[in-house]
Amino acid sequence: MSALLQATGITIAYRGVRAVHGVSVSVAQGEIASVIGPNGAGKSSLLAGLMGLIPSGGQVLFEGEDISGLPAEARVARGLALVPETRDLFATMSVADNLRLGGYRHRFDTKAGRTRDLDAAYAMFPRLAERRGQLAGLLSGGERQMLAMARALMARPRLLMLDEPSLGLAPLIVRDIFRTVAGLRDQGVSVLLVEQNARAALALSAHASVLEGGRVTLSGPSAMLAADPRVTEMYLGAAPAAMA
Amino acid sequence: MMDLSILLALLQDGVVSGAVYGLLALALVLVFAVTRVILIPVGELVSFTALTYAGLEDGQIPEALPLLLALGALAFLRGALQDRGRSLGSLALQTLVLPAAIAGCAVLIAPLHAGIAVQAGLAIAVVAPMAPLLYRIAFRPLPEASVLVKLIAAVGVHLALTGLGLLCFGPEGARGPAFSDAVLTLGPMILTGQAVWVIFCTTAAMAALWAFFRLSLAGAALRATAINRRGARLVGISPDRSGLLAFWLAGLIAGLSGVLIAPLTTVYYDGGFLIGLKGFVAAIIAGLGSYPLAIAAALVVGVVESLSAFWASDFKEVIVFSVIIPVLLWRSLRHCAVGEEE
Repeated sequence: MSALLQATGITIAYRGVRAVHGVSVSVAQGEIASVIGPNGAGKSSLLAGLMGLIPSGGQVLFEGEDISGLPAEARVARGLALVPETRDLFATMSVADNLRLGGYRHRFDTKAGRTRDLDAAYAMFPRLAERRGQLAGLLSGGERQMLAMARALMARPRLLMLDEPSLGLAPLIVRDIFRTVAGLRDQGVSVLLVEQNARAALALSAHASVLEGGRVTLSGPSAMLAADPRVTEMYLGAAPAAMA
Repeated sequence: MMDLSILLALLQDGVVSGAVYGLLALALVLVFAVTRVILIPVGELVSFTALTYAGLEDGQIPEALPLLLALGALAFLRGALQDRGRSLGSLALQTLVLPAAIAGCAVLIAPLHAGIAVQAGLAIAVVAPMAPLLYRIAFRPLPEASVLVKLIAAVGVHLALTGLGLLCFGPEGARGPAFSDAVLTLGPMILTGQAVWVIFCTTAAMAALWAFFRLSLAGAALRATAINRRGARLVGISPDRSGLLAFWLAGLIAGLSGVLIAPLTTVYYDGGFLIGLKGFVAAIIAGLGSYPLAIAAALVVGVVESLSAFWASDFKEVIVFSVIIPVLLWRSLRHCAVGEEE
Protein backbone atom coordinates (compact mmCIF):
# COMPACT_ATOMS: atom_id res chain seq x y z
CA MET A 1 0.00 0.00 0.00
CA SER A 2 1.29 3.46 -0.84
CA ALA A 3 1.68 6.08 1.86
CA LEU A 4 -1.13 8.63 1.96
CA LEU A 5 0.69 10.73 4.51
CA GLN A 6 4.44 10.69 4.81
CA ALA A 7 5.89 13.03 7.43
CA THR A 8 9.64 13.13 7.88
CA GLY A 9 11.77 14.87 10.48
CA ILE A 10 8.90 16.81 12.09
CA THR A 11 10.22 19.24 14.68
CA ILE A 12 8.02 21.48 16.80
CA ALA A 13 9.16 24.04 19.33
CA TYR A 14 7.28 26.32 21.70
CA ARG A 15 9.20 29.50 22.48
CA GLY A 16 12.48 27.79 21.81
CA VAL A 17 11.65 24.65 23.80
CA ARG A 18 11.40 21.60 21.58
CA ALA A 19 8.31 19.45 22.06
CA VAL A 20 8.82 17.17 19.05
CA HIS A 21 12.28 16.15 17.80
CA GLY A 22 12.55 14.99 14.20
CA VAL A 23 9.62 12.57 14.27
CA SER A 24 8.67 10.58 11.18
CA VAL A 25 5.27 8.93 10.75
CA SER A 26 3.41 7.57 7.79
CA VAL A 27 -0.13 6.41 7.17
CA ALA A 28 -0.91 4.05 4.30
CA GLN A 29 -3.98 4.41 2.14
CA GLY A 30 -7.00 2.87 3.89
CA GLU A 31 -5.27 1.91 7.14
CA ILE A 32 -5.45 2.99 10.73
CA ALA A 33 -2.11 4.02 12.18
CA SER A 34 -1.71 4.95 15.82
CA VAL A 35 0.66 6.91 17.97
CA ILE A 36 0.77 5.96 21.63
CA GLY A 37 2.76 7.40 24.47
CA PRO A 38 2.51 8.99 27.91
CA ASN A 39 1.12 12.42 28.76
CA GLY A 40 3.30 15.25 27.51
CA ALA A 41 5.14 13.10 24.97
CA GLY A 42 4.27 15.59 22.22
CA LYS A 43 1.45 13.58 20.61
CA SER A 44 -1.01 16.47 20.38
CA SER A 45 1.73 18.83 19.18
CA LEU A 46 2.62 16.35 16.45
CA LEU A 47 -0.98 16.27 15.17
CA ALA A 48 -1.32 20.06 15.38
CA GLY A 49 1.90 20.37 13.40
CA LEU A 50 0.76 17.85 10.77
CA MET A 51 -2.49 19.79 10.44
CA GLY A 52 -0.67 23.10 10.00
CA LEU A 53 -2.17 24.68 13.12
CA ILE A 54 1.27 25.39 14.58
CA PRO A 55 4.56 25.96 12.77
CA SER A 56 6.73 22.89 12.39
CA GLY A 57 9.99 21.91 10.74
CA GLY A 58 10.43 18.89 8.50
CA GLN A 59 8.51 17.71 5.48
CA VAL A 60 4.89 16.60 5.14
CA LEU A 61 3.88 14.79 1.96
CA PHE A 62 0.19 14.15 1.40
CA GLU A 63 -0.69 12.04 -1.62
CA GLY A 64 2.83 12.80 -2.83
CA GLU A 65 2.36 16.59 -2.64
CA ASP A 66 4.56 18.63 -0.32
CA ILE A 67 2.12 20.48 1.95
CA SER A 68 4.72 21.52 4.55
CA GLY A 69 4.22 25.29 4.21
CA LEU A 70 0.44 25.31 3.93
CA PRO A 71 -1.88 26.68 6.64
CA ALA A 72 -4.52 24.41 8.21
CA GLU A 73 -7.36 25.66 6.04
CA ALA A 74 -5.43 24.76 2.87
CA ARG A 75 -4.69 21.28 4.26
CA VAL A 76 -8.43 20.80 4.92
CA ALA A 77 -9.02 21.61 1.26
CA ARG A 78 -6.59 18.82 0.29
CA GLY A 79 -8.38 16.21 2.40
CA LEU A 80 -6.82 16.29 5.87
CA ALA A 81 -9.00 16.58 8.96
CA LEU A 82 -8.18 16.76 12.65
CA VAL A 83 -10.44 16.18 15.62
CA PRO A 84 -8.41 17.80 18.39
CA GLU A 85 -8.46 16.80 22.02
CA THR A 86 -10.09 20.16 22.78
CA ARG A 87 -12.81 19.37 20.16
CA ASP A 88 -12.94 23.09 19.20
CA LEU A 89 -16.67 23.07 18.48
CA PHE A 90 -18.66 26.24 17.83
CA ALA A 91 -20.21 26.19 21.29
CA THR A 92 -22.88 28.84 20.79
CA MET A 93 -24.09 27.37 17.50
CA SER A 94 -26.48 24.47 17.03
CA VAL A 95 -25.40 20.93 16.25
CA ALA A 96 -26.84 21.35 12.75
CA ASP A 97 -24.89 24.58 12.17
CA ASN A 98 -21.66 22.96 13.37
CA LEU A 99 -22.19 20.18 10.85
CA ARG A 100 -23.15 22.62 8.10
CA LEU A 101 -19.86 24.45 8.70
CA GLY A 102 -18.04 21.13 8.72
CA GLY A 103 -19.00 20.90 5.06
CA TYR A 104 -17.60 24.39 4.38
CA ARG A 105 -14.99 22.88 2.07
CA HIS A 106 -17.80 21.69 -0.22
CA ARG A 107 -19.81 24.92 -0.08
CA PHE A 108 -19.93 25.20 -3.86
CA ASP A 109 -21.33 21.67 -4.29
CA THR A 110 -24.98 21.08 -5.10
CA LYS A 111 -27.44 21.29 -2.25
CA ALA A 112 -28.30 17.62 -2.79
CA GLY A 113 -24.67 16.63 -2.22
CA ARG A 114 -24.46 18.59 1.01
CA THR A 115 -27.77 17.20 2.25
CA ARG A 116 -26.49 13.70 1.55
CA ASP A 117 -23.39 14.38 3.69
CA LEU A 118 -25.58 15.66 6.50
CA ASP A 119 -27.88 12.62 6.32
CA ALA A 120 -24.84 10.33 6.37
CA ALA A 121 -23.51 12.10 9.47
CA TYR A 122 -26.85 11.70 11.25
CA ALA A 123 -27.03 8.05 10.19
CA MET A 124 -23.58 7.43 11.65
CA PHE A 125 -24.39 9.29 14.88
CA PRO A 126 -28.18 9.02 15.43
CA ARG A 127 -27.74 10.78 18.78
CA LEU A 128 -26.74 13.97 16.94
CA ALA A 129 -29.90 13.81 14.84
CA GLU A 130 -31.94 13.90 18.04
CA ARG A 131 -29.96 16.93 19.22
CA ARG A 132 -29.65 18.81 15.95
CA GLY A 133 -31.29 21.98 17.30
CA GLN A 134 -29.32 22.04 20.55
CA LEU A 135 -26.32 24.30 21.14
CA ALA A 136 -23.03 22.43 20.85
CA GLY A 137 -21.86 23.87 24.16
CA LEU A 138 -24.71 22.11 25.99
CA LEU A 139 -23.89 18.60 24.77
CA SER A 140 -22.45 15.87 27.01
CA GLY A 141 -18.78 14.87 26.62
CA GLY A 142 -19.58 11.86 24.46
CA GLU A 143 -21.95 13.81 22.26
CA ARG A 144 -19.31 16.52 21.83
CA GLN A 145 -16.82 13.93 20.65
CA MET A 146 -19.38 12.54 18.22
CA LEU A 147 -20.12 16.05 16.92
CA ALA A 148 -16.42 16.84 16.52
CA MET A 149 -15.94 13.62 14.52
CA ALA A 150 -19.08 14.16 12.47
CA ARG A 151 -18.07 17.76 11.75
CA ALA A 152 -14.66 16.60 10.54
CA LEU A 153 -16.27 13.91 8.36
CA MET A 154 -18.54 16.49 6.71
CA ALA A 155 -15.43 17.67 4.86
CA ARG A 156 -15.13 14.13 3.35
CA PRO A 157 -11.48 13.82 4.41
CA ARG A 158 -9.05 11.29 2.96
CA LEU A 159 -7.17 11.21 6.25
CA LEU A 160 -8.82 11.73 9.62
CA MET A 161 -6.53 12.48 12.54
CA LEU A 162 -8.05 11.81 15.97
CA ASP A 163 -6.45 13.19 19.11
CA GLU A 164 -7.40 11.21 22.23
CA PRO A 165 -10.96 10.41 21.12
CA SER A 166 -11.55 8.34 24.26
CA LEU A 167 -10.36 10.95 26.75
CA GLY A 168 -12.80 11.47 29.61
CA LEU A 169 -15.55 9.33 28.10
CA ALA A 170 -17.49 6.43 29.61
CA PRO A 171 -16.33 2.94 28.46
CA LEU A 172 -19.54 2.25 26.53
CA ILE A 173 -19.16 5.45 24.54
CA VAL A 174 -15.48 4.75 23.94
CA ARG A 175 -16.43 1.36 22.51
CA ASP A 176 -18.91 3.04 20.15
CA ILE A 177 -16.36 5.61 19.04
CA PHE A 178 -13.71 3.00 18.28
CA ARG A 179 -16.32 0.95 16.43
CA THR A 180 -17.07 4.03 14.32
CA VAL A 181 -13.36 4.50 13.61
CA ALA A 182 -13.10 0.91 12.39
CA GLY A 183 -16.17 1.52 10.22
CA LEU A 184 -14.52 4.55 8.67
CA ARG A 185 -11.49 2.52 7.71
CA ASP A 186 -13.79 0.00 6.03
CA GLN A 187 -15.22 2.90 4.01
CA GLY A 188 -11.73 3.80 2.80
CA VAL A 189 -10.94 6.71 5.14
CA SER A 190 -7.41 6.50 6.51
CA VAL A 191 -7.03 7.32 10.18
CA LEU A 192 -4.15 8.51 12.31
CA LEU A 193 -5.11 7.82 15.90
CA VAL A 194 -3.36 9.32 18.90
CA GLU A 195 -4.30 7.59 22.13
CA GLN A 196 -3.27 7.10 25.72
CA ASN A 197 -5.44 4.00 25.78
CA ALA A 198 -2.68 1.94 24.18
CA ARG A 199 -4.52 -1.36 24.36
CA ALA A 200 -7.45 -0.12 22.30
CA ALA A 201 -5.22 1.81 19.89
CA LEU A 202 -2.98 -1.18 19.17
CA ALA A 203 -6.00 -3.47 18.74
CA LEU A 204 -7.50 -1.13 16.16
CA SER A 205 -4.48 -0.03 14.16
CA ALA A 206 -2.30 -1.80 11.61
CA HIS A 207 0.82 0.19 12.42
CA ALA A 208 1.84 2.07 15.52
CA SER A 209 4.57 4.31 16.86
CA VAL A 210 5.50 4.95 20.47
CA LEU A 211 6.27 8.59 21.17
CA GLU A 212 8.26 9.40 24.32
CA GLY A 213 9.79 12.76 25.17
CA GLY A 214 9.10 14.05 21.65
CA ARG A 215 10.91 11.16 19.94
CA VAL A 216 9.70 7.94 18.33
CA THR A 217 11.20 5.15 20.43
CA LEU A 218 9.48 2.19 18.77
CA SER A 219 7.48 1.69 15.63
CA GLY A 220 6.18 -1.17 13.54
CA PRO A 221 3.14 -3.37 13.02
CA SER A 222 0.75 -3.00 15.97
CA ALA A 223 0.66 -6.74 16.67
CA MET A 224 4.44 -6.74 17.01
CA LEU A 225 4.37 -3.74 19.34
CA ALA A 226 1.63 -5.30 21.44
CA ALA A 227 3.92 -8.28 21.99
CA ASP A 228 7.01 -6.18 22.73
CA PRO A 229 7.91 -6.52 26.41
CA ARG A 230 8.76 -2.79 26.73
CA VAL A 231 5.30 -1.86 25.48
CA THR A 232 3.47 -4.41 27.59
CA GLU A 233 5.29 -3.25 30.69
CA MET A 234 4.90 0.50 30.08
CA TYR A 235 1.49 0.78 28.45
CA LEU A 236 -0.47 -2.46 28.68
CA GLY A 237 0.08 -3.41 32.29
CA ALA A 238 2.28 -6.39 33.29
CA ALA A 239 0.13 -9.18 31.91
CA PRO A 240 -0.27 -9.38 28.11
CA ALA A 241 -4.05 -9.19 28.46
CA ALA A 242 -6.55 -9.95 25.73
CA MET A 243 -7.48 -7.02 23.50
CA ALA A 244 -10.62 -5.12 24.33
CA MET B 1 -39.04 74.46 30.41
CA MET B 2 -39.58 71.00 29.09
CA ASP B 3 -42.97 70.23 27.60
CA LEU B 4 -44.18 67.14 25.81
CA SER B 5 -43.38 68.40 22.31
CA ILE B 6 -39.82 69.29 23.29
CA LEU B 7 -39.36 65.96 25.03
CA LEU B 8 -40.63 64.12 21.96
CA ALA B 9 -38.35 66.15 19.69
CA LEU B 10 -35.37 65.36 21.94
CA LEU B 11 -36.28 61.68 22.01
CA GLN B 12 -36.57 61.69 18.24
CA ASP B 13 -33.11 63.27 17.91
CA GLY B 14 -31.74 60.78 20.39
CA VAL B 15 -33.20 57.77 18.62
CA VAL B 16 -31.97 59.03 15.24
CA SER B 17 -28.38 59.56 16.35
CA GLY B 18 -28.63 56.43 18.53
CA ALA B 19 -29.56 54.42 15.44
CA VAL B 20 -26.39 55.60 13.67
CA TYR B 21 -24.28 54.87 16.78
CA GLY B 22 -25.95 51.46 16.81
CA LEU B 23 -24.76 50.74 13.30
CA LEU B 24 -21.23 51.73 14.25
CA ALA B 25 -21.42 49.64 17.41
CA LEU B 26 -22.37 46.65 15.24
CA ALA B 27 -19.34 47.26 13.04
CA LEU B 28 -17.07 47.51 16.08
CA VAL B 29 -18.47 44.36 17.70
CA LEU B 30 -18.20 42.45 14.43
CA VAL B 31 -14.63 43.46 13.70
CA PHE B 32 -13.54 42.81 17.29
CA ALA B 33 -15.23 39.41 17.46
CA VAL B 34 -13.63 38.20 14.24
CA THR B 35 -10.19 39.85 14.34
CA ARG B 36 -9.73 41.16 17.94
CA VAL B 37 -9.11 44.61 16.46
CA ILE B 38 -10.81 47.59 18.10
CA LEU B 39 -11.55 49.54 14.95
CA ILE B 40 -10.99 53.11 16.14
CA PRO B 41 -10.58 54.42 12.57
CA VAL B 42 -14.23 53.58 11.84
CA GLY B 43 -14.95 57.23 12.72
CA GLU B 44 -12.68 58.55 9.96
CA LEU B 45 -14.49 56.39 7.44
CA VAL B 46 -17.77 57.96 8.65
CA SER B 47 -16.52 61.53 8.21
CA PHE B 48 -14.82 60.78 4.88
CA THR B 49 -18.09 59.38 3.50
CA ALA B 50 -20.08 62.33 4.86
CA LEU B 51 -17.66 64.84 3.30
CA THR B 52 -17.57 62.94 0.00
CA TYR B 53 -21.37 62.84 -0.06
CA ALA B 54 -21.55 66.59 0.65
CA GLY B 55 -18.96 67.30 -2.04
CA LEU B 56 -20.87 65.25 -4.63
CA GLU B 57 -23.89 67.55 -4.16
CA ASP B 58 -21.69 70.33 -5.60
CA GLY B 59 -20.60 68.09 -8.47
CA GLN B 60 -17.05 67.78 -7.08
CA ILE B 61 -14.85 64.85 -8.05
CA PRO B 62 -14.49 63.02 -4.70
CA GLU B 63 -11.49 64.35 -2.81
CA ALA B 64 -10.91 60.94 -1.25
CA LEU B 65 -10.03 59.28 -4.57
CA PRO B 66 -6.24 59.83 -4.31
CA LEU B 67 -6.38 58.35 -0.79
CA LEU B 68 -8.31 55.30 -2.04
CA LEU B 69 -5.82 54.70 -4.85
CA ALA B 70 -2.81 55.24 -2.58
CA LEU B 71 -4.18 52.82 0.03
CA GLY B 72 -4.78 50.31 -2.76
CA ALA B 73 -1.20 50.57 -3.98
CA LEU B 74 0.14 50.27 -0.43
CA ALA B 75 -2.07 47.25 0.27
CA PHE B 76 -0.84 45.62 -2.94
CA LEU B 77 2.80 46.08 -1.96
CA ARG B 78 2.16 44.86 1.60
CA GLY B 79 0.24 41.83 0.37
CA ALA B 80 2.80 40.92 -2.28
CA LEU B 81 5.53 41.15 0.34
CA GLN B 82 3.66 39.04 2.90
CA ASP B 83 2.54 36.33 0.47
CA ARG B 84 5.92 36.35 -1.31
CA GLY B 85 4.31 36.78 -4.69
CA ARG B 86 1.63 34.08 -4.33
CA SER B 87 -1.82 34.75 -5.89
CA LEU B 88 -0.80 38.19 -7.14
CA GLY B 89 -3.64 38.23 -9.64
CA SER B 90 -6.45 38.20 -7.12
CA LEU B 91 -4.52 40.62 -4.89
CA ALA B 92 -4.11 43.07 -7.78
CA LEU B 93 -7.79 42.72 -8.63
CA GLN B 94 -8.85 43.68 -5.12
CA THR B 95 -6.27 46.33 -4.33
CA LEU B 96 -5.52 47.98 -7.70
CA VAL B 97 -8.25 47.17 -10.22
CA LEU B 98 -11.27 47.64 -7.95
CA PRO B 99 -10.16 51.05 -6.54
CA ALA B 100 -9.23 52.19 -10.07
CA ALA B 101 -12.62 51.11 -11.39
CA ILE B 102 -14.40 52.93 -8.56
CA ALA B 103 -12.28 56.04 -9.20
CA GLY B 104 -13.12 55.87 -12.92
CA CYS B 105 -16.86 55.62 -12.23
CA ALA B 106 -16.65 58.44 -9.67
CA VAL B 107 -14.91 60.77 -12.13
CA LEU B 108 -17.58 60.05 -14.73
CA ILE B 109 -20.62 60.24 -12.45
CA ALA B 110 -19.64 63.07 -10.07
CA PRO B 111 -20.25 66.02 -12.44
CA LEU B 112 -23.65 64.68 -13.51
CA HIS B 113 -25.64 65.59 -10.35
CA ALA B 114 -27.21 62.18 -10.67
CA GLY B 115 -29.49 62.49 -7.67
CA ILE B 116 -29.21 61.85 -3.97
CA ALA B 117 -29.48 58.06 -4.11
CA VAL B 118 -26.67 57.75 -6.67
CA GLN B 119 -24.51 60.26 -4.82
CA ALA B 120 -25.00 58.41 -1.54
CA GLY B 121 -24.13 55.11 -3.21
CA LEU B 122 -21.07 56.61 -4.84
CA ALA B 123 -19.82 58.15 -1.59
CA ILE B 124 -20.11 54.75 0.10
CA ALA B 125 -18.43 53.04 -2.88
CA VAL B 126 -15.47 55.43 -2.65
CA VAL B 127 -14.88 55.14 1.10
CA ALA B 128 -16.04 51.62 2.12
CA PRO B 129 -13.25 49.76 0.23
CA MET B 130 -10.72 51.66 2.34
CA ALA B 131 -11.59 49.44 5.31
CA PRO B 132 -10.41 46.13 3.74
CA LEU B 133 -7.38 47.96 2.34
CA LEU B 134 -6.49 49.17 5.84
CA TYR B 135 -6.92 45.60 7.05
CA ARG B 136 -4.40 44.39 4.48
CA ILE B 137 -1.95 47.18 5.33
CA ALA B 138 -2.10 47.36 9.11
CA PHE B 139 -3.83 44.35 10.66
CA ARG B 140 -3.37 41.32 8.40
CA PRO B 141 0.37 41.21 9.15
CA LEU B 142 -0.48 40.85 12.89
CA PRO B 143 -2.81 37.83 13.05
CA GLU B 144 -1.57 36.41 16.34
CA ALA B 145 -0.70 39.71 18.04
CA SER B 146 -2.26 40.62 21.40
CA VAL B 147 -5.34 42.83 21.62
CA LEU B 148 -3.10 45.61 22.95
CA VAL B 149 -0.74 45.50 19.96
CA LYS B 150 -3.72 45.53 17.60
CA LEU B 151 -5.19 48.46 19.54
CA ILE B 152 -1.95 50.39 19.13
CA ALA B 153 -2.01 49.64 15.40
CA ALA B 154 -5.63 50.88 15.28
CA VAL B 155 -4.68 54.12 17.05
CA GLY B 156 -1.86 54.54 14.53
CA VAL B 157 -4.24 54.07 11.62
CA HIS B 158 -6.67 56.55 13.21
CA LEU B 159 -3.97 59.22 13.60
CA ALA B 160 -2.67 58.67 10.07
CA LEU B 161 -6.17 58.87 8.59
CA THR B 162 -6.95 62.08 10.51
CA GLY B 163 -3.91 63.73 8.95
CA LEU B 164 -4.68 62.35 5.52
CA GLY B 165 -8.29 63.53 5.94
CA LEU B 166 -7.09 67.10 6.52
CA LEU B 167 -4.92 66.79 3.42
CA CYS B 168 -7.80 65.53 1.26
CA PHE B 169 -10.76 67.51 2.53
CA GLY B 170 -9.22 70.60 4.13
CA PRO B 171 -10.28 72.05 7.47
CA GLU B 172 -13.76 73.23 6.42
CA GLY B 173 -16.81 71.30 7.46
CA ALA B 174 -19.68 70.38 5.18
CA ARG B 175 -23.26 69.25 5.44
CA GLY B 176 -24.83 66.87 2.95
CA PRO B 177 -28.30 67.20 1.43
CA ALA B 178 -31.22 65.63 3.31
CA PHE B 179 -32.86 62.57 1.75
CA SER B 180 -36.25 64.15 2.29
CA ASP B 181 -37.51 67.58 3.33
CA ALA B 182 -40.92 66.26 4.33
CA VAL B 183 -42.26 67.06 7.78
CA LEU B 184 -44.95 64.91 9.34
CA THR B 185 -47.01 66.10 12.28
CA LEU B 186 -48.24 63.32 14.55
CA GLY B 187 -50.14 64.95 17.43
CA PRO B 188 -47.55 66.77 19.54
CA MET B 189 -44.64 65.22 17.62
CA ILE B 190 -43.05 66.72 14.53
CA LEU B 191 -41.34 63.97 12.60
CA THR B 192 -38.79 64.97 9.97
CA GLY B 193 -38.43 63.01 6.78
CA GLN B 194 -34.70 62.63 7.40
CA ALA B 195 -35.37 61.01 10.78
CA VAL B 196 -37.70 58.52 9.14
CA TRP B 197 -35.06 57.76 6.52
CA VAL B 198 -32.33 57.23 9.10
CA ILE B 199 -34.48 54.87 11.13
CA PHE B 200 -35.61 53.04 8.01
CA CYS B 201 -32.06 52.63 6.64
CA THR B 202 -30.53 51.53 9.93
CA THR B 203 -33.34 49.02 10.53
CA ALA B 204 -32.97 47.67 7.00
CA ALA B 205 -29.18 47.41 7.39
CA MET B 206 -29.52 45.59 10.71
CA ALA B 207 -32.10 43.21 9.25
CA ALA B 208 -29.80 42.52 6.31
CA LEU B 209 -26.89 41.82 8.67
CA TRP B 210 -29.08 39.51 10.75
CA ALA B 211 -30.13 37.60 7.64
CA PHE B 212 -26.53 37.40 6.46
CA PHE B 213 -25.30 35.97 9.76
CA ARG B 214 -28.20 33.60 10.36
CA LEU B 215 -29.06 32.37 6.89
CA SER B 216 -25.92 32.36 4.75
CA LEU B 217 -22.98 29.98 5.06
CA ALA B 218 -20.54 32.91 4.65
CA GLY B 219 -22.20 34.62 7.61
CA ALA B 220 -22.08 31.41 9.65
CA ALA B 221 -18.38 31.10 8.79
CA LEU B 222 -17.81 34.61 10.09
CA ARG B 223 -19.63 33.77 13.34
CA ALA B 224 -17.66 30.54 13.60
CA THR B 225 -14.38 32.44 13.31
CA ALA B 226 -15.52 34.71 16.12
CA ILE B 227 -16.58 31.79 18.34
CA ASN B 228 -13.58 29.50 17.84
CA ARG B 229 -10.78 30.55 15.53
CA ARG B 230 -9.04 27.16 15.69
CA GLY B 231 -12.28 25.32 15.09
CA ALA B 232 -12.90 27.54 12.07
CA ARG B 233 -9.49 26.69 10.63
CA LEU B 234 -10.19 22.99 11.19
CA VAL B 235 -13.25 23.12 8.92
CA GLY B 236 -11.29 25.03 6.27
CA ILE B 237 -12.38 28.61 7.01
CA SER B 238 -9.49 31.02 6.57
CA PRO B 239 -9.43 33.49 9.50
CA ASP B 240 -7.63 35.87 7.18
CA ARG B 241 -10.50 35.90 4.71
CA SER B 242 -13.00 36.20 7.56
CA GLY B 243 -11.07 39.26 8.76
CA LEU B 244 -11.18 40.77 5.30
CA LEU B 245 -14.94 40.18 5.08
CA ALA B 246 -15.50 41.69 8.54
CA PHE B 247 -13.58 44.80 7.49
CA TRP B 248 -15.59 45.00 4.25
CA LEU B 249 -18.82 44.93 6.25
CA ALA B 250 -17.45 47.50 8.70
CA GLY B 251 -16.50 49.75 5.78
CA LEU B 252 -19.97 49.49 4.27
CA ILE B 253 -21.62 50.15 7.65
CA ALA B 254 -19.36 53.16 8.28
CA GLY B 255 -20.14 54.44 4.79
CA LEU B 256 -23.88 54.13 5.35
CA SER B 257 -23.54 55.86 8.73
CA GLY B 258 -21.61 58.70 7.10
CA VAL B 259 -24.28 59.25 4.48
CA LEU B 260 -27.03 59.14 7.13
CA ILE B 261 -25.30 61.55 9.49
CA ALA B 262 -24.17 64.05 6.81
CA PRO B 263 -27.51 65.89 6.62
CA LEU B 264 -27.95 65.98 10.42
CA THR B 265 -24.80 67.83 11.41
CA THR B 266 -21.83 69.64 9.92
CA VAL B 267 -19.06 67.09 9.57
CA TYR B 268 -15.35 67.96 9.65
CA TYR B 269 -12.45 65.78 8.55
CA ASP B 270 -11.82 64.74 12.17
CA GLY B 271 -15.42 64.81 13.35
CA GLY B 272 -16.01 61.11 12.82
CA PHE B 273 -13.81 60.20 15.75
CA LEU B 274 -16.34 61.45 18.29
CA ILE B 275 -19.20 59.75 16.42
CA GLY B 276 -17.26 56.49 16.29
CA LEU B 277 -16.39 56.82 19.95
CA LYS B 278 -20.09 56.95 20.86
CA GLY B 279 -20.61 53.77 18.89
CA PHE B 280 -17.67 52.40 20.85
CA VAL B 281 -19.34 53.32 24.17
CA ALA B 282 -22.37 51.30 23.07
CA ALA B 283 -20.17 48.40 21.97
CA ILE B 284 -18.37 48.43 25.32
CA ILE B 285 -21.65 48.45 27.23
CA ALA B 286 -22.49 45.33 25.23
CA GLY B 287 -19.16 43.82 26.29
CA LEU B 288 -17.95 43.89 22.67
CA GLY B 289 -19.94 40.72 22.23
CA SER B 290 -23.71 41.01 21.90
CA TYR B 291 -25.24 42.63 18.82
CA PRO B 292 -28.79 43.28 20.19
CA LEU B 293 -27.34 44.69 23.43
CA ALA B 294 -25.04 46.97 21.42
CA ILE B 295 -28.01 48.39 19.49
CA ALA B 296 -30.02 48.94 22.69
CA ALA B 297 -27.03 50.61 24.34
CA ALA B 298 -26.53 52.84 21.30
CA LEU B 299 -30.13 54.04 21.54
CA VAL B 300 -29.56 54.84 25.23
CA VAL B 301 -26.37 56.73 24.34
CA GLY B 302 -28.26 58.71 21.68
CA VAL B 303 -31.11 59.64 24.02
CA VAL B 304 -28.75 60.54 26.89
CA GLU B 305 -26.79 62.73 24.50
CA SER B 306 -29.89 64.46 23.20
CA LEU B 307 -31.35 65.08 26.69
CA SER B 308 -28.05 66.34 28.08
CA ALA B 309 -27.66 68.65 25.08
CA PHE B 310 -30.89 70.26 26.21
CA TRP B 311 -30.22 70.48 29.94
CA ALA B 312 -26.46 70.92 30.08
CA SER B 313 -25.19 71.40 26.58
CA ASP B 314 -21.66 72.31 27.76
CA PHE B 315 -21.37 68.94 29.44
CA LYS B 316 -23.01 66.93 26.67
CA GLU B 317 -19.97 64.84 25.77
CA VAL B 318 -18.90 64.48 29.41
CA ILE B 319 -22.27 63.04 30.36
CA VAL B 320 -22.37 60.66 27.39
CA PHE B 321 -18.92 59.26 28.03
CA SER B 322 -19.56 59.07 31.80
CA VAL B 323 -22.31 56.54 31.09
CA ILE B 324 -19.55 54.03 30.48
CA ILE B 325 -18.15 54.27 34.03
CA PRO B 326 -20.98 52.60 35.98
CA VAL B 327 -21.24 49.98 33.26
CA LEU B 328 -17.54 49.13 33.48
CA LEU B 329 -17.79 49.09 37.27
CA TRP B 330 -20.75 46.74 37.15
CA ARG B 331 -19.06 44.50 34.60
CA SER B 332 -15.83 44.31 36.60
CA LEU B 333 -17.72 43.51 39.82
CA ARG B 334 -19.70 40.81 38.05
CA HIS B 335 -16.49 39.45 36.55
CA CYS B 336 -14.96 39.18 40.04
CA ALA B 337 -17.98 37.26 41.24
CA VAL B 338 -17.57 34.74 38.43
CA GLY B 339 -13.89 34.41 39.29
CA GLU B 340 -14.72 33.64 42.91
CA GLU B 341 -17.18 30.93 41.93
CA GLU B 342 -14.44 29.19 40.01
